[in-house]
Amino acid sequence: MAAALALSRAIDWINTFIGKSVAWLVLAAVLVSSGNAIVRKVFDTSSNAWLELQWYLFGAVFMLAAAYTLRQNEHIRIDIFYGQLSRRKQHWIDLFGHVFFLMPFVLLMSFYFVRYVGTSFRSGEVSASAGGLMIWPGQALLLIGFVMLAFQGISEVIKKIAIMRGDIEDPTPHVSSHTPPMVIEQTALTEGTRND
Amino acid sequence: MIELIAQNMAPIMFMSLIVFLMLGYPVAFALAANGLLFFFIGVELSPYSNGEITLSWPLLYALPVRVWGVMSNDTLLAIPFFTFMGLVLERSGMAEDLLDTIGQLFGPIRGGLAYAVIFVGALLAATTGVVAASVIAMGLISLPIMLRYGYDRRVASGVIAASGTLAQIIPPSLVLIVLADQLGRSVGDMYAGAIIPGLILTGLYVGYILLMSIFQRDSMPALPLEARTLGHGVTSLIFYVLLAIVIAWGSAAFMRMEGVESPGIWAATIATVVVYFLAVLDKATGMNRSSRLAQQVVIVLVPPLALIFLVLGTIFLGIATPTEGGAMGAVGAIIMAMAKRRLSFDLLSQAVLSTAKLSSFVLFILIGARVFSLTFYGVNGHLWVEHLLVSLPGGQTGFLIVVNVLVFFLAFFLDFFELAFIIVPLLAPAAEKLGIDLIWFGVLLGINMQTSFMHPPFGFALFYLRSVAARVPYLDKITGKNIEPVTTGQIYWGAVPFVGIQVIMVAITIMFPQIVMHYKGPGIQVPVEGFKLPAPGGSGLGLPPLGGGLQPQNGLPGSQPAAPAGPDLSQPPKF
Repeated sequence: MAAALALSRAIDWINTFIGKSVAWLVLAAVLVSSGNAIVRKVFDTSSNAWLELQWYLFGAVFMLAAAYTLRQNEHIRIDIFYGQLSRRKQHWIDLFGHVFFLMPFVLLMSFYFVRYVGTSFRSGEVSASAGGLMIWPGQALLLIGFVMLAFQGISEVIKKIAIMRGDIEDPTPHVSSHTPPMVIEQTALTEGTRND
Repeated sequence: MIELIAQNMAPIMFMSLIVFLMLGYPVAFALAANGLLFFFIGVELSPYSNGEITLSWPLLYALPVRVWGVMSNDTLLAIPFFTFMGLVLERSGMAEDLLDTIGQLFGPIRGGLAYAVIFVGALLAATTGVVAASVIAMGLISLPIMLRYGYDRRVASGVIAASGTLAQIIPPSLVLIVLADQLGRSVGDMYAGAIIPGLILTGLYVGYILLMSIFQRDSMPALPLEARTLGHGVTSLIFYVLLAIVIAWGSAAFMRMEGVESPGIWAATIATVVVYFLAVLDKATGMNRSSRLAQQVVIVLVPPLALIFLVLGTIFLGIATPTEGGAMGAVGAIIMAMAKRRLSFDLLSQAVLSTAKLSSFVLFILIGARVFSLTFYGVNGHLWVEHLLVSLPGGQTGFLIVVNVLVFFLAFFLDFFELAFIIVPLLAPAAEKLGIDLIWFGVLLGINMQTSFMHPPFGFALFYLRSVAARVPYLDKITGKNIEPVTTGQIYWGAVPFVGIQVIMVAITIMFPQIVMHYKGPGIQVPVEGFKLPAPGGSGLGLPPLGGGLQPQNGLPGSQPAAPAGPDLSQPPKF
């Protein structure tokens, strides 16, 4: 179990680092997009590469932050029943979901994306619009995102089993979406200091 | 038996989706898992299905293409931009400044604080668009003042919760972006369609307060003299307004002679800037020719108005796409925070991180929905739902009533992302088949889903308000009186009249489609293209939204719900 937990910590660390870093690309996307708008208006010209860059950046944000979001237990749930259950039952649902819902999906997607990216890479496919970007780096973001999610899934399963065995405390207990946000912000703050 | 299952795959799949979602595992992955599970069952059972199931293994190759379609979607890019803008504004303290000042301005009249809350709620809706932030700010600042001077608790909490939810319907709201994407329409049209209903709704709230102030005079007294810390001085405010009008008029006339393009906008801009600088100058130099109240109102009010123009103005005038508008707004928000000296590394890093997490869970629900829809369409689920809905009695009106009742009740326990990604794509084809304009339909659903924030006992806005309203009696520092806490029951009952107003608004929108349909421009003969936003370099919003709704074509990028085929589809229905 100790070895598994060490693996889980390593995965968490890497995915958190990547997630927190790519978040800054939001700012980059904002600047690129407003730059595009101004250039188009003032100089009456536009570049497809720059236009595509803005959604490449956004793609990087939401794909590469997905594993971190999962780690933080912030993918939203319909918790009308879940919220009423005991912690123990919630853990069982989470474990079941990680193994039977999450893992098959992300593994299957990773498998298909390897071939998909490979095809685009070998053919050197370029976007359909004139002067657009190469397609494979964008698709590679999706592949990396799903692979990161697969690893995060492994880490979550390890942590969930350890929590249920009583080996560790639950680092990210479920916070109902109907819990006052002050509480959420406070937990977020304490977590922030713990991770930094 | 197997034949029976195979031929009824769509209902079975839909029912089990409900079970999957109700388990409480994250929606994104539950959707995807449901799609994949039924894909495998579907392929195995397809020989028994009498042609009902059109699934086969190679179809799985469509999955990466579908996810790529979600990513390469310009429309959805507006989501992080507006979220980021809202978060930066929220943390720059704009709501607090506005509430303080506008409360002082309206306070002296009966029910004034309630009007101020509605007015500020609408302003925040048009800028930050974050329900939680608006409700919390108003609950922290306005609620204690209202309680101090004896406002009825139910009225006070109801008006705060309801005004906070205006962010859902007044552009630039995330709901409208998502709905536009799912309905395959342009966000610009959706914004243009929603603006008048949003303003009417604000008007209805004001009307309710006005009625209450007439029939229950004690429920909302005016602020006493000692509470007006900014003093009087409405005269100099009127002077500022008149000055702005004169400047605008004059410069517009001048520019018209010179033949400047769109003089109205420039004139308004010039007048606002001049008045703003006069007020700042008056305050900074200490000359104080105008009253403190007037200075403060102008200084606090102009930046958000400028931001609203920067974002919504440019979108409606067709200068910027909604995505670009969002980006410009985000830059504007950063500049505003900087001007208030509240921009810090911490603020930025929290804002980008929250934005990244929100984008991630929203986009993953969409990805999950695309996996689900691949199978659901493969088992002819869309035809099943469409058949159910089109066969409703009462034609268009019957359909709209049933759908709105359905959404109203689903909104008790689903939030709008879930409704928009799971329910709306199923409704859209039926709506289109009945000749319902999809923008009108989208705005209707938007108003309806707004109630999901106000429904007792699950409404989010009520929970946000509960979190900041006093739970125990407290000693008011200013009056020295002991103030009773606000009970949860009072918050719930306070919301009920506003839920009623919301239902009235849905009815108004059904009865008078014109309030939405004006997005097509004057006269129905005007071609829709005339109002389309410019497509920068050919990949802007003019193109079909690639990641859009649940589409019948199995995962081909570029597929899109059929464009309005003839005039009968795009015209408001007749009653």
